[in-house]
Amino acid sequence: MTSSLSLILIFISSLFFSGIVVRTKSIFSGRKGPGVFQPIKDILRLFKKGAVYSETSSFIFQIAPSIYFASIIMAILFIPFGNMPGLISFKGDFVFFAYALALGKFFMIIGAMDTGSSFEGMGAAREALYSMLVEPAFFILMGSLALFTGHTSFADIFASLHFGSHISYAIGVLATFVFIIIAMVENSRMPVDDPKTHLELTMIHEVMILDNSGFDLGLIMHAVNLKFAMYGAIIANFFLTPGYEWYFSIPIFIGAQVLFAIIVGTIESFEARFRMSHNSQFIFMLTSISLLIFLGVLLMLGKIV
Amino acid sequence: MIVLAFILLFTVAAILTVPFVPENKKGIITIAGVVLNAVFSSVLASQALFSENIIMSFYGGPVFKEIAIRIDPLSAWFILIMNFTVLTSIFYGTQYLKAYSQDSSKLTMHYVSFLLNHLAMIFIYIVQNTLAFLCFWEIMAVTTFVLVIFESHKMETLKAGINYLIQSHICILFIMLGFIWVNFKTGSFDFVAITQYSSSVQPALGFVLYMLFFIGFSFKAGFVPFHTWLPYAHPAAPAHVSGLMSGVIIKLGIYGIIRMLLLVQVNYVLVGTVILVISVISGIYGVMLAILQHNLKRLLAYHSIENIGIIGIGIGLGALGKGLGNHYLEFAGFAGALMHTLNHSLFKSLLFYAAGSVYQAAHILNVEKLGGIIKRMPQTAILFLLASVAICGLPPFNGFISEFLIYSGLFNAINISNHLSFTVLIILSIFGLVLIGGLALFCFTKAFGVAFLGAARSKYPEEMQEPNKMMLVPKWAIAFFIVAIGLFPQLFVGGASRVVSLFSGETLNFQPSPYYLTIMQKVGFASWTIILLAMVLYYVRKKITEKVISTSGPTWGCGYETASSKLQYTSGSFSRTYRNLVKPILRVVKHEERINSIVPGKANVETHVFDKVEYVIVDVPMRHLRGFIGRFKFLQNGSVQFYILYGVVFIFIVITIPFLIRAAYSLVDLFKQL
Repeated sequence: MTSSLSLILIFISSLFFSGIVVRTKSIFSGRKGPGVFQPIKDILRLFKKGAVYSETSSFIFQIAPSIYFASIIMAILFIPFGNMPGLISFKGDFVFFAYALALGKFFMIIGAMDTGSSFEGMGAAREALYSMLVEPAFFILMGSLALFTGHTSFADIFASLHFGSHISYAIGVLATFVFIIIAMVENSRMPVDDPKTHLELTMIHEVMILDNSGFDLGLIMHAVNLKFAMYGAIIANFFLTPGYEWYFSIPIFIGAQVLFAIIVGTIESFEARFRMSHNSQFIFMLTSISLLIFLGVLLMLGKIV
Repeated sequence: MIVLAFILLFTVAAILTVPFVPENKKGIITIAGVVLNAVFSSVLASQALFSENIIMSFYGGPVFKEIAIRIDPLSAWFILIMNFTVLTSIFYGTQYLKAYSQDSSKLTMHYVSFLLNHLAMIFIYIVQNTLAFLCFWEIMAVTTFVLVIFESHKMETLKAGINYLIQSHICILFIMLGFIWVNFKTGSFDFVAITQYSSSVQPALGFVLYMLFFIGFSFKAGFVPFHTWLPYAHPAAPAHVSGLMSGVIIKLGIYGIIRMLLLVQVNYVLVGTVILVISVISGIYGVMLAILQHNLKRLLAYHSIENIGIIGIGIGLGALGKGLGNHYLEFAGFAGALMHTLNHSLFKSLLFYAAGSVYQAAHILNVEKLGGIIKRMPQTAILFLLASVAICGLPPFNGFISEFLIYSGLFNAINISNHLSFTVLIILSIFGLVLIGGLALFCFTKAFGVAFLGAARSKYPEEMQEPNKMMLVPKWAIAFFIVAIGLFPQLFVGGASRVVSLFSGETLNFQPSPYYLTIMQKVGFASWTIILLAMVLYYVRKKITEKVISTSGPTWGCGYETASSKLQYTSGSFSRTYRNLVKPILRVVKHEERINSIVPGKANVETHVFDKVEYVIVDVPMRHLRGFIGRFKFLQNGSVQFYILYGVVFIFIVITIPFLIRAAYSLVDLFKQL
């Protein structure tokens, strides 16, 4: 029961996450904006709608969104809550986590290729390239944490992360920064992609799902929320109190999610989207930041004198 | 002993029968021979893997002396992998070759070579006599050459075949040097002598000896920079041979590398580091080139280099673990390498067979001209998709299992040493492996998406359809194992752990094995979960969408209505951004004719990607060599008189050499006396 806590909390946070992002953006731009639960209402409406399928597409197009969504739920099952491990936990589970997400991406990409549209092919190619570039950052970060704590599973790593010295704070902050950017890239948000853009040529994620409609589109839209909440949960784990005091942990968790959503909204309000050609450099920069974290860990452990 | 005699007998009997039966029976005879050989050798192998080693020897005459035959779990593991792929290859191959049934002599050659090749591979894995090993290795190399040049009327195929033949003999040269060295020092042909010799000399000599073997076997396995034959030979061969080569024959090199690691007493940390670095480079370089290939089979060939790199990372880690005395690392590394050897033989052969079926149906292998095959050949497409997901190392299929083991090894290794350089090496290897994974995903979404999905880019033959059932059965058999390994990894890793115990020495009290097997069980459970989740979700989706109206229409073209298959994203456009990123590393040649005038004329773009390593290591030296040898062209003047003169001069020199030497000696004596 306790191990499903993170799953439940992530589901709850996913309901209001996009709402807060949209709300933040509207406040910054001086508009009143929709309510916090408007995005989830839109998704519920989509679930009830019929769909139009392209004549070019095959069954791949129909199964892709389900597999994508399933892969994200799968990934969420690994997320621990404080020192309570997730529903599934074993040594090296973050490898499975990353590869399960990659499986979902694989199907989304070929789903887009299935429509035979030049636009969707374009989105697919970009998604494939950027997700490839962002992956090393995650693994090097996890490698650094594994080196730091001596453990190789999400639950053990977060349970034994202790915030004693100053450098460990620095590592926590840097790691949070990396995770925020990873979340932004993975969800195709601002500095890399603009979900609100109106020109297909400049989109990444949105142009990939041009042909999806109805239930499938709802799944894809909610997948974004879930993914955000999932990364929010990972970030929250850096700051959760050790021990089982749920009355501390749960408010911290929700607070971290809300703060994360506000940060996303703020970034989206003040940042402009990069030129496509600069995206690869930007994403690869993340890897160097995680290498910096790695060096920091080496420094702390006294391996570099 | 009797079993081996039977295997020899079956092969000889089949080889003698094949030439004398009509074309349609040749395949059946070959299948019979291969099945019998496979069954008998598998019986031996299972006995070695699950109960005890088989050791025997017989007197091979005054030259070979005592030929030792030892089947240990390592041999057994490779024999079992090999037998399965050889079986699927011949079942698929006899159907594939039906299209060539009018060419009787070629078929005979092909089937005879196939039988001999299988025999040679079985014996390579079991003989432990250097001379006999080299003989079987040579038989294997030559028969593979014959198998590759099946379509010998094509110039390209012949060129690729000869390229392969030359390089496989460079491989033999290196191995032979190592063997001769040991034999020269110890006078024994037995493999045991290698251990005895290497433990008696300085570590540096042992290292050089191992490197000789490593370079030799690397030619076969296809590590960068010894990989250049691979991308030519694989596409040139018929599909079942490509599958066989990529799945099994290059694994002989891996076997050699692991076997020599067991035999040569060497500084394992040093060797492990070297293997690890070369493997990471091979992996990244192979997949980087693979993405930019247009020919489907060539793309797969480059992927073999990538996967050999992954296997090598495992071997390197295992060696490091052995050197540092960390059994967990050792287990994760070697078990990962062995599992990946198995996995790669499965999904790569499946990919080649599927590509072969596409080629036979559409007569096209260029990805840019394919598209929409899934509608004509759904089963082939599903099989290709399954293998693609597996080769990208994604759960819930088998590729993930081996990559997971290697990852756990790497993440374990981060903590075990206090040396900064070691930790940095490991984090860079993690970086490399992740990059390989990401690039593989990029490559296979491209390959599958462009070739099988969307609309057709060229006009296919009318009768294009799914291949017959006999051709699909072997593929589904492979697919079964791909899924089974993903869902029940503990069973297969358990088998591999028997092999790993050869390295650690202790069989009963081997701690890492149960440790990893429980993790594997959980990984298998997670694989089940992801499949169930997807199925439940799809079921829910089906139930809900049944109630609402779904229609179909043309693909949304952002306002543009007359969609054409030419508007689709091609493989070139899919990888364009990537190509620009890697331009400094690879050799990209682009021919472009732009539209310059107001009235559009003809325009075209062509990009070709070449292997820079091949250019530097093979092409440039060859050009210089040719230039140098060209200076002696005047000797080859075509008139017979001159050639007779050369002969006479040669004979004269040969006869006079002893006299000349004696004269030189007496001259020296004369000077001394003075």
